Amino acid sequence: MLLVPETDFGTPASRAETLVTLTIDGREITVPEGTSIMRASMEAGIQVPKLCATDMVDAFGSCRLCLIEIEGRNGTPASCTTPVAPGLIVHTQTTRLKDIRKGVMELYISDHPLDCLTCAANGDCELQDMAGAVGLRDVRYGYEGDNHVKARDSDGLNARWMPKDESNPYFTYDPSKCIVCSRCVRACEEVQGTFALTIEGRGFDSRVSPGQHEDFLSSECVSCGACVQACPTATLTEKSVISIGQPEHSVVTTCAYCGVGCSFKAEMRGEELVRMVPWKDGQANRGHSCVKGRFAYGYSTHKERILNPMIREKVTDPWREVSWDEALAHTAAEFRRIQYQYGRESIGGITSSRCTNEETYLVQKLIRAGFGNNNVDTCARVCHSPTGYGLGQAFGTSAGTQNFDSVENTDVVIVIGANPTDGHPVFGSRLKKRLRQGAKLIVIDPRRIDLVRTPHVEAAYHLPLRPGTNVAVVTALAHVIVTEGLCDEAFIRTRCDWSEFEDWAGFVAEERHSPEATEALTGVPAEALRGAARLFATGGNGSIYYGLGVTEHSQGSTTVMAIANLAMATGNIGRPGVGVNPLRGQNNVQGSCDMGSFPHELPGYRHVSDDATRDIFEKLWGVTLSDEPGLRIPNMLDAAVDGSFKGLYIQGEDILQSDPDTKHVAAGLAAMECVVVQDLFLNETANYAHVFLPGSTFLEKDGTFTNAERRINRVRRVMTPRNGYADWEVTQNLARAMGLGWDYTHPSEIMDEIAATTPSFAKVSYAYLDEKGSVQWPCNEQAPEGSPIMHIDGFVRGKGKFIRTEYVATDEKTGPRFPLLLTTGRILSQYNVGAQTRRTENVIWHEEDRLEIHPHDAELRGVRDGDWVRLASRSGDTTLRALITDRVATGVVYTTFHHPTTQANVITTDFSDWATNCPEYKVTAVQISPSNGPSEWQTEYEDQARQSRRIAAKLEAAE
Amino acid sequence: MDRHLEKSDLATSIAAIVSELKHLEGPLLPILHAVQQTFGHVPDDAVPMIATGLNLSRAEVHGVVTFYHDYRSHPAGRHVLKLCRAEACQAMGGDRLGEQARARLGIDFHETTADGAVTLEPVFCLGLCSTAPAAMLDGAVHGRLDASALDSLLAEVAA
Repeated sequence: MLLVPETDFGTPASRAETLVTLTIDGREITVPEGTSIMRASMEAGIQVPKLCATDMVDAFGSCRLCLIEIEGRNGTPASCTTPVAPGLIVHTQTTRLKDIRKGVMELYISDHPLDCLTCAANGDCELQDMAGAVGLRDVRYGYEGDNHVKARDSDGLNARWMPKDESNPYFTYDPSKCIVCSRCVRACEEVQGTFALTIEGRGFDSRVSPGQHEDFLSSECVSCGACVQACPTATLTEKSVISIGQPEHSVVTTCAYCGVGCSFKAEMRGEELVRMVPWKDGQANRGHSCVKGRFAYGYSTHKERILNPMIREKVTDPWREVSWDEALAHTAAEFRRIQYQYGRESIGGITSSRCTNEETYLVQKLIRAGFGNNNVDTCARVCHSPTGYGLGQAFGTSAGTQNFDSVENTDVVIVIGANPTDGHPVFGSRLKKRLRQGAKLIVIDPRRIDLVRTPHVEAAYHLPLRPGTNVAVVTALAHVIVTEGLCDEAFIRTRCDWSEFEDWAGFVAEERHSPEATEALTGVPAEALRGAARLFATGGNGSIYYGLGVTEHSQGSTTVMAIANLAMATGNIGRPGVGVNPLRGQNNVQGSCDMGSFPHELPGYRHVSDDATRDIFEKLWGVTLSDEPGLRIPNMLDAAVDGSFKGLYIQGEDILQSDPDTKHVAAGLAAMECVVVQDLFLNETANYAHVFLPGSTFLEKDGTFTNAERRINRVRRVMTPRNGYADWEVTQNLARAMGLGWDYTHPSEIMDEIAATTPSFAKVSYAYLDEKGSVQWPCNEQAPEGSPIMHIDGFVRGKGKFIRTEYVATDEKTGPRFPLLLTTGRILSQYNVGAQTRRTENVIWHEEDRLEIHPHDAELRGVRDGDWVRLASRSGDTTLRALITDRVATGVVYTTFHHPTTQANVITTDFSDWATNCPEYKVTAVQISPSNGPSEWQTEYEDQARQSRRIAAKLEAAE
Repeated sequence: MDRHLEKSDLATSIAAIVSELKHLEGPLLPILHAVQQTFGHVPDDAVPMIATGLNLSRAEVHGVVTFYHDYRSHPAGRHVLKLCRAEACQAMGGDRLGEQARARLGIDFHETTADGAVTLEPVFCLGLCSTAPAAMLDGAVHGRLDASALDSLLAEVAA
């Protein structure tokens, strides 16, 4: 195997449609207008020497190496900054050019260390390559005199020399190797959009400086790795490359963190992962990455990872390591015993949005075909189930309407209940790039998220609503659009049901939905809301991006439908730059929903009561399927507490930490007789488990993930599973132990079964994915290339459906005892419950969850920054440290839930979405008081967890 | 210049300068000039305030401030003497004048005398090549300098 080849064309592609023909080194080449001569040359296979150019950033023209000569023009222009023109005759290699290049290289090398043999970039250094390319044989200037290379010179300390900055946990900055090409600075600005770097000083004093001459860690750097990728020398280098060496082969795979689904090259040395490098051909990320996908993979070899199956009689016993055969036989026997004793419906399972489509498909198949019931649910229950329901109702498909590329064509963006720069960072960067080009932004969020104002990006409107009033705000936006005559009537008449529209328009036009009438309720100034509505309706291509701040409410589904109404009323569906875009949380949450993880739906969102669909699976699987929807996660827990539900197979989800009302979850789990947890680590749920089956990481298996834009991306195995089996094999072995005759030898066979049974996946196969890179479902006879944008000529359901969205206040209300509203969110460096990221160096950026509180509310309660505070709701209480900030409004507090000790979900209540039971994480009435340490529950929990995680010493072989 | 400038006072002044000048096209340089005019230098603490005001990053403002030698990170002495070190002035004996000034003041270039009276700086071309060697004292230019002319300038500032 070799490294996956990637060509650097030097400058970005031109999007022009007019073509231009010119001659370069005697070869005729035709390229789009606006292409640089450098890129045109590379497309013809002619490599012009270069240092400061790379195709992720715009041309800069500073290195003076890529000079060319053009017949009939004076001088030697830089090929990176000179665009093509018809009929040009270009020479890239003449005596004059050779002399200039050699001279330039000589100057570079005269201030660069000559430690190539021991340098970390040896084998991957563009400076070295260029020295070779221009034929540098001598450096006439010598290495004495002013330089940045030597720590000491003849007069003592060399003031120009700067030590290595090793403050970032993942990469180092060695100023002595810097050639000041500015690629890192430009990558930080143009690709990532953080603007953390600059060149300070001028001339020979020029240096790359994070922030104001700080180290990387103290600056605004978000450790996305774009600068490291851009650096042509060893100046910015991954610490893993320094310690391991250069990779020898690479495999393209898909990140297992958020729903953006970035494509990466896993660069390997044998079975050791050297580094993850974003793949430029990745159609979701276009060569960009964030700190999690790029660097935070160390959990896969973390010492706490469990590699052997374990069982125990009671959850108070220590774990006992056993063989795979024993663990699976024990599990099968227990499940059968429970079903015999308590009935067929007494067991169920939870599929994982972190695992592959194929694995998810197998788990639901095991439950439906093996357990003989529909008691299957997934973590999408607690995040985007309202998206599935709401968009299914309005449009006919339970997914977003666009691809991520669509953002490049948008003119006005509404971001509601999402924080892309933290939660979906690579999409956040792509959005910021479009905003810097002039697109307008409307942020609807109780908290002042970074996008509201960050260098070179400023929201036109920030509507800081009170948590829980989404429906009222979105309906008020519709009120303004309808009453001010800003609807796209032509679109509505052709694409939607007109009478339903009229009914809806009459409803939203009622005075009680006006911004003025709802202001007191929502806290959003009426004038700002009117301005935002007008901007969205008249500003060109309007797109809406939303996240869990929309769905995780008692009216989550209603808000999703209100968003769909807004998009349809303004004609913003069915072309690039518009649409309704749920930013899905987990790598495969879209896929897990597609694969039939819900208790009422078979794969492809087909209801279990549909005879035709059941017939397909019954014939293939040779079983009779139940036509009754099974239990949802909360129902399973309720039934467990009631004593009718006794066994649960959980693949890759930590319901104890991630689901609401922790105490209720704990009680449900404690009431079961056989809880099977399949995971990488002894997670919080495993504290209540009887069987632990070790899981495998995304690096250890083949499969597919489906990201938020419905893109089916391949996951490729780069190393042997350390636990012995990929997760799909574990499920298959469990199925076999339960008497099912499964015989898959590779996940591709599972995908073939999915394609054969699910119309929207009909054309999907591993061979097809290898050919196309990735496809977006639906991918079938009607759409053989997949469907980047949906509902182009008509809605999947036929006519778009306008639905009335009556605002109903949540039952979770503030009062004298609980006067503040708690809302929750995420931070860039940590992922979800943190099981993975907490086991990486990412903790350096977020070692604990903090409670954000407005200075006014803090002062009233005598809380100072950094103080421990007790956070109490009707459900429970916990303690954490306060962070005083005006990012949150008065009356609102905010925290993250990345650390299990915080136990934020002890606080959240069991209120949930009326349609889907998605929990209301985003609104909890709370009170804050000063505290001096962990709450009683936290202490008890810690003790219980410690007790529960004991593993008995291995028995001697002789015994 | 008050070296113990309170941060809140600084914030108030910077905010006033930024709001007065931010409507200009390319407002950063005029703002930096105004800050230096007001405080005698561009304090490090002012950089994030200016960045916030213009919605730039700290790094960007830092890059601009450090690019121009005339923006100071610390207050200068009561007088600033800039001696031209460029080619024409060197050819006309500028180096000797530099040594004379350094010896007389007891400081090197880029330094300020202990009593805070004078800061000595090199400058690369005042545009007075025809009257080289040249210098600039507190903004006023002086040409055709020789040892005694420089001495009288130095005497003036030491007073």
